[in-house]
Amino acid sequence: MSFFISQIPALIVSVPLFCAPFCIISNHKFLSWFIALIATFFSFICSIFLFLNIQENMVISYAMGQWLAPWGIEFRIDKLNSFLILIVSFFALYACFFGLKSLKNDIQESKISLFWTSYLLCITGLLGVLITGDAFNIFVFLEISSLATYIIIGLGRDKKALYASFQYLILGTMGATFIVIAIGLLYVSTGTLNLFDLSFRVKNIVDNPALITAIAFLFVGISLKAAIFPLHTWLPNAYSYSPNVTTIFLSATATKVAIYLFFRFGYDIFGPSDIISALSIGKIIIFLSLLAILFGSIAAYKQSNIKKMFAYSSVAQIGFITLGIGLMNSSALTGSISYMFAHALTKGTIFALIATLIFSLKDIDIKSISGLVKTQPLIAFLFLITLLSLIGFPGTVGFISKWYLILGALQYKSILVIVIVAVSSLFTIAYVWKISKLIFLSEPTKQNLDIPIIMKFSCVLGSILVIYFGIFPGFLINNANEISSILMSR
Amino acid sequence: MSSFNINPNLVLTLLIILPLTNAFLLWILSPRIQVIKILTVTFSTLLFITSLFVFLNFDNYFNYRYAPLQIFEDIYLEFSFEPIGLIFMLVASSLWIVNTFYSFGYMEKNKEKNLKRFYICFSFAIFSTVSLALSNNLITSFIFYEILTLSTFPLVAHHGNDKAKKGATTYLFILMSTSIVFFLVAIATTWVTQGSITYTNGGVLSDNLGYPFFYGFLYALFIFGVSKAAVMPFHKWLPAAMVAPTPVSALLHAVAVVKAGVFLVIKISIYIFGVLEVENISISGFITFISSFTIIAASFVALYSDNLKRRLAYSTISQLSYIVLATSLSNFFGIIAAIFHLVAHAFGKITLFFAAGNIYTATHKTEISEMTGIGLKMPFTILCFLVGSLVMIGLPLTSGFISKWFLITGIIQHDMTVPLVIIIILSTILNTAYFIPFVYKAFQKPQKNRLSDVEKLPKSMIISIAFCAFFSLYLFFNPEIILNIIRFTGIPL
Repeated sequence: MSFFISQIPALIVSVPLFCAPFCIISNHKFLSWFIALIATFFSFICSIFLFLNIQENMVISYAMGQWLAPWGIEFRIDKLNSFLILIVSFFALYACFFGLKSLKNDIQESKISLFWTSYLLCITGLLGVLITGDAFNIFVFLEISSLATYIIIGLGRDKKALYASFQYLILGTMGATFIVIAIGLLYVSTGTLNLFDLSFRVKNIVDNPALITAIAFLFVGISLKAAIFPLHTWLPNAYSYSPNVTTIFLSATATKVAIYLFFRFGYDIFGPSDIISALSIGKIIIFLSLLAILFGSIAAYKQSNIKKMFAYSSVAQIGFITLGIGLMNSSALTGSISYMFAHALTKGTIFALIATLIFSLKDIDIKSISGLVKTQPLIAFLFLITLLSLIGFPGTVGFISKWYLILGALQYKSILVIVIVAVSSLFTIAYVWKISKLIFLSEPTKQNLDIPIIMKFSCVLGSILVIYFGIFPGFLINNANEISSILMSR
Repeated sequence: MSSFNINPNLVLTLLIILPLTNAFLLWILSPRIQVIKILTVTFSTLLFITSLFVFLNFDNYFNYRYAPLQIFEDIYLEFSFEPIGLIFMLVASSLWIVNTFYSFGYMEKNKEKNLKRFYICFSFAIFSTVSLALSNNLITSFIFYEILTLSTFPLVAHHGNDKAKKGATTYLFILMSTSIVFFLVAIATTWVTQGSITYTNGGVLSDNLGYPFFYGFLYALFIFGVSKAAVMPFHKWLPAAMVAPTPVSALLHAVAVVKAGVFLVIKISIYIFGVLEVENISISGFITFISSFTIIAASFVALYSDNLKRRLAYSTISQLSYIVLATSLSNFFGIIAAIFHLVAHAFGKITLFFAAGNIYTATHKTEISEMTGIGLKMPFTILCFLVGSLVMIGLPLTSGFISKWFLITGIIQHDMTVPLVIIIILSTILNTAYFIPFVYKAFQKPQKNRLSDVEKLPKSMIISIAFCAFFSLYLFFNPEIILNIIRFTGIPL
C-alpha cells in the first residue's frame, strides 16, 4: 500500500495514458467508454489520495525514473496544483460519466472509441501540466493535451466543428510555440529546466534582457491557451460546435490549467525576483480582464445559440479569474482561486444541463428552451440554481468567490476597478436574465423527450455541489486561503 | 412573566423554521384549498405566538446571539434578539395572520389560480422576512434580503400575463442589481476598512468620523443598495409590483418587503454607523436631501395617479422616505420616529390596500375616477380607508400622529429645521390632497355611470380590514407597546 501511495504522482498521469490505446483497440462504443470511465475514476481516486497527502506534507517531490531533481524530470506537488488536480480529475470523471448517452447523438458511432482515446490523452496532458515540475515537460504535456483537444473538438457532427478545431489548432500552435521559445530562452540564460531550481536562478539574471523577452513570450503564450481577451477568439467556436462532452470537460478544466500556469510562473517562479511588478504585468492583466468581462458579457447577451452564449460568458468569467491574479493581493488571490473552482463547478453543470436539453430538444437555438419550467420543471430548477451561482447569489458557490474578489478589488484601492467589478455584475445579470425569462416566463414551443437517468443524475449532482459549497464553503475557503498565502509569501 | 425560560436557541430556530415548514408541507401535501388554509393558519398563528412569547420575555432574550453556520473565515450566519428586529418581526408575523385570512376571501372571490404556488412563495417570503429581522450581521441580512427578492418574484408575476411579466421583470431587476452593485460593495468596504460587519451597539464605523466624505459616500451606497426602501431614483420597482394580486401588495409592498428596506436602513444607521453615539452629527446631508425630495416628488405623482393601487404605491414611496429622512436626522427623536412609523405605516397602509382590494373584489373597479359614490354602497370599507389615510396624514387619534410628533421634534433639534419643516408641511398638505377628496367623492351621488350591483364580500375580508383599522387607532392611545421595546436600544425616553 505504501508503495502504491508513493507512486501516485506517476500513476495519476500514466494510467489515462496507458488506458488510451485500449479504447481504440476495443473499437466498441460501450467498452471504450467503460475503459475511459475506469481510467478517469482511478485518476480521481489518486488525486484524492494525493490531496490528502499534501495536507500533511506540504510538498511532495517525485523523481521520474529515479533521476534526481535538477537533472531528471521532477513531479512536484504542492497545495496549489494538488487542489487543481482534484478539480480537473473530478471533471474528467464527471464529463466522462455524463458522456455515455450524450455522445451518441453528437458524433458518428464509428468514431466513439476514437473520441474516448483522445479524451484520455487530453486528460493525461492536462494532469501532466499540473503535476510536473519541469518547464520543458510543461510544454510537452501542453502539446499532448492540445493535440487531443483538436480531435475531440473536430469530431463534432456540425461541419463548423472542423473549422473551430482548425482555428484552435492555428492559435494553439502559435501559443505553444511562444511558450517553447520562452522556455528555450529561460534555459539558455539560467541553464536549468527545473521550475524549483529556476525560481532561484532567475534572481541572478534580473537584468538580462533575455529574461524579459522570455516573460513576454510566456505571458502571451499562456494568455492564448487561457483565452484571455483579446486572445479568446478560438474559445466560443470551440465550445459551441464541439460535442457536448467536450464542452463540459473543456469549460471546467482546460482554461483553468492555463491559468494555473499564470500562478506558477507569475508568483512562484518570477515572483521572488520582483520582475513581474517591475514590468507592471499586473496592471496589464487587470486592464485586459476588465475588457474581457465587459466584452464577454455583452457578446454573451447578443448570442442566440445557447452554447455560444455560455461560451462568451466563459470569456467574461475568465476575466474575473485573471482580474484576481492581476490585483496581486491575498484576498484577490483567494478570490481568484475560489473563482476557478466555482466557475468550473458552475459552468460544468450549466453545460451539462445544456447538453441534456440539446439531447431532449435536438436544437441549440435559445428559443427552444422557452417554457422549460412547464415541460421539465426539474431541469428548469437546476438551471436556476446554476444561473444564480453565475451572478453570485448568496447561498451558491459563486457568491463565495465574488465576495473575495470584491474584497481584493477594495484592497487594491482603485475606484475604477471597484466600479467596474461592481457594475460588471449587472452585465452578468443581463444575459442570465435573458435565459431565465425564456425558461420561466415564456410558453413552451416544443415537446420534450425523456431524459436518461444518467444525465439527470449528473445535473442534480452538479447543482447540489453548487449549493453545498455555497452553504458550507469551509473546504474551498481554507484551501484557497492557504494557497494564496503561500503564493503571496514567495 | 420571566418564569418561563425556554432555551433561546430553540425559540430562534423555531421562529425561522416555522414558515419554512409551512412552505415545505404545502409543497408535499395535496393542493386542496382546505389543506392550504388549515396549514397556513396554523403556522402563521404559531409564528405569531412564538414572537409574542419573545416579546413578553424580552428581558431574558435581549441580545442573545446564535451563529449556526460559518460563511467566510470570520463571518458567520448569525442571528440575535434585538429590539428593532423584534418590532419588525411582530409586525410581520401578526399581519401575516391577518393577511392570510384576507387572502382566502380575496383569492376565492376573484377566482385566482395557482394557489399552492402562491402560498408556498408567501411562506418563503415570511421566512426570509423573519430571518432578516433576526439577522445580526450585514452578510446575514444580505443573504435573506436577496432570498426575499427572489421568493416574492413569482408572487408579483402571479397572473402570468404580459403586464405581470413586465412588472415582475422591473421588480427583480432593480432590486437585484442595486443590491449586488451597491449593497454588497458597501458591505465589503465596511469589512475591509473596519474588519467587522456585526451589528454593534455604538456602531462599527463611528471612529471614521474624521472622513466625512467617505462616511457620507458609504452611507449613500447603503441607502441606495437597500433599494427596498424605495428612495428615488431606485423606486420604480414598487409601482411595477402593483400588478400582483392585492393581498401580495398589501402584505409585501406595504409591510414585509418595503419594511425590510427601511428596517435595514434603521439598523445600519444605528448599529453600523452608530448614529445614537454621535448624536447631532448629521451622517449625510445628501440622504436627508434626497429623501426629502422623494417625499415631495412621490406625493405629486400620487396626486396625479388615477389608478388606486398606483396612488397607494407612490404614497408608500413617500412614506418610506419619511422613515429614511427621520433616520438621517441622526438624533434620538428621529430614530424613535423612524421605528414608530415603521409600525404605524405598516398598519395604516395595509388597511388602505385591503380597502382597495375590497373595492376591486366588490366592483372590479381600479380607477379612482370610476369610484364616485362607492362609499354609499360599501360605507364600512371607505370608513376604514379614511382611518388609513388619516394615519398617512398624521392626524391625532391615529398612530400616524405619534410618529409625526417625534419626527417634528427630531427636526427641531436638527440644524436644518426651517427647510425640513416646510417639507413636512407641504407633504402633509399633499397627503391630504390625494386621500381626502377620494373619501369625499366616495360619499357623493354619482352623476353618470351609476355603479352596478356591488357583490357581497366574504366576512374574512371585512374582519381583516376592521382589525387593521382598529389597531391603527389603538396605537395612538397606547403607543407604549412600541416605545417600551424601543427603550431596549438605549434611547432615553
